[in-house]
Amino acid sequence: MLSSLRAVIGRDLRLAMRRQADIVAAMFFFIIVVSLFPLGVGPEPDQLRRMAPGVLWVAALLATMLSLPRLFADDHRDGTLEQLALAPQPLGLIVLGKVIAHWLVAGLPLVVLAPVLGVQFDLASDALAVLTLSLLIGTPALSGIGAIGAALTLGVRGGGVLLSLLVLPLYIPVLIFGAGAVDATVSGLGPQAHLSLLGALALGGVFFAPWPTAAALRVALE
Amino acid sequence: MLEASNLECVRGERRLFADVGFRLEGGEMLYVQGSNGSGKTSLLRMLCALTPAASGEIRWRGKPIGRLGEEFRSELCYLGHQNAIKEELTPLENLRSSAQLAQESLVPDAALEALELVGLRGREDLPCRYLSQGQKRRAALARLVNERRPLWVLDEPYVALDTAAVELVAGLIGAHLQRGGLAVLTTHQAVPIPAAAVRELWLGDDHAAPGGGRSRTC
Repeated sequence: MLSSLRAVIGRDLRLAMRRQADIVAAMFFFIIVVSLFPLGVGPEPDQLRRMAPGVLWVAALLATMLSLPRLFADDHRDGTLEQLALAPQPLGLIVLGKVIAHWLVAGLPLVVLAPVLGVQFDLASDALAVLTLSLLIGTPALSGIGAIGAALTLGVRGGGVLLSLLVLPLYIPVLIFGAGAVDATVSGLGPQAHLSLLGALALGGVFFAPWPTAAALRVALE
Repeated sequence: MLEASNLECVRGERRLFADVGFRLEGGEMLYVQGSNGSGKTSLLRMLCALTPAASGEIRWRGKPIGRLGEEFRSELCYLGHQNAIKEELTPLENLRSSAQLAQESLVPDAALEALELVGLRGREDLPCRYLSQGQKRRAALARLVNERRPLWVLDEPYVALDTAAVELVAGLIGAHLQRGGLAVLTTHQAVPIPAAAVRELWLGDDHAAPGGGRSRTC
């Protein structure tokens, strides 16, 4: 079980490394979207501090969305997805591997960038730490939930827009608790409650989402 | 070992074939023939449980394949229309990752030998997108060299191959049958394969099977 999980993660990471342009594009998208806000809103530290969690989280959602359509589309096009579906392991396990690989490639860079970008918003160091922590806990949920949408829109023409319409509403809880954790820190309430709920969402997203995703993939392959 | 009865395939509003049945034992091969669009690929995908049959049943070792699930999939090797190789990976990496996925151990030497056999020696470290169409097909077929799972389902295995490679693949299938394996394949090229028994199945209007295969609009 574990060895096949490792094999899928290793394969997807290797593929991502051969196609670094995709990763870099999503990262720059995140950087630019976040940096546009201070330029547009003006240099008022109070206002920026209040906006920061929401802006960073929304930008993280959108950056994750960018890479989602390709999660299964490439494998579908070259026939590898059929082979994955015919592998002796449960397809859900393979999807779990792909979700983990997607998070390592698309989610983790956002977590690393967030504290640097947060400085532009004059966030205090404890708020920066919570922001990074909330992204670290929350981004796996984005990959997991996004996988369901990516599988459902597989092979649909203009699937990218449909995918956003399908997945972004499902991201709302993650956004609320993620941004809420930072807000709670700034207002002195403490982020524990938000982070716990975020952790629950992430666990649910990563470990339950692969099964509906696998079912959707089997339908897409018919 | 592999048994199909009363299979029916409906695509959209069209019935591609109905009442298709066959029985295949170890060492036997089934040629699925028919004109373009007669449902050959659909039949093969049904045999792999990728597409559900509109009606009818497929049994492997006496049990319905839908219920066998992983047990059946671990005995099946499917090669589809598409090569299922990653353009970014080299032939060697492709071979290795498909072996890992099938939970088979593939020693590096065996992988290199397989690539040498299909004529890709010297290109094993070249990303597959630099290979020609025929070479990509060869890279995909290299999987068959060390493939020991009993049931092979091959969709147009000879497409894009030159005559030497076609003979090579026919030899691989022949060796597989001699080991007691089963093979189901579609092809438009008649290539002699040494097999204990070659069965033929015709799909479409010019079929020979009783009652089956008429395409008509429902």
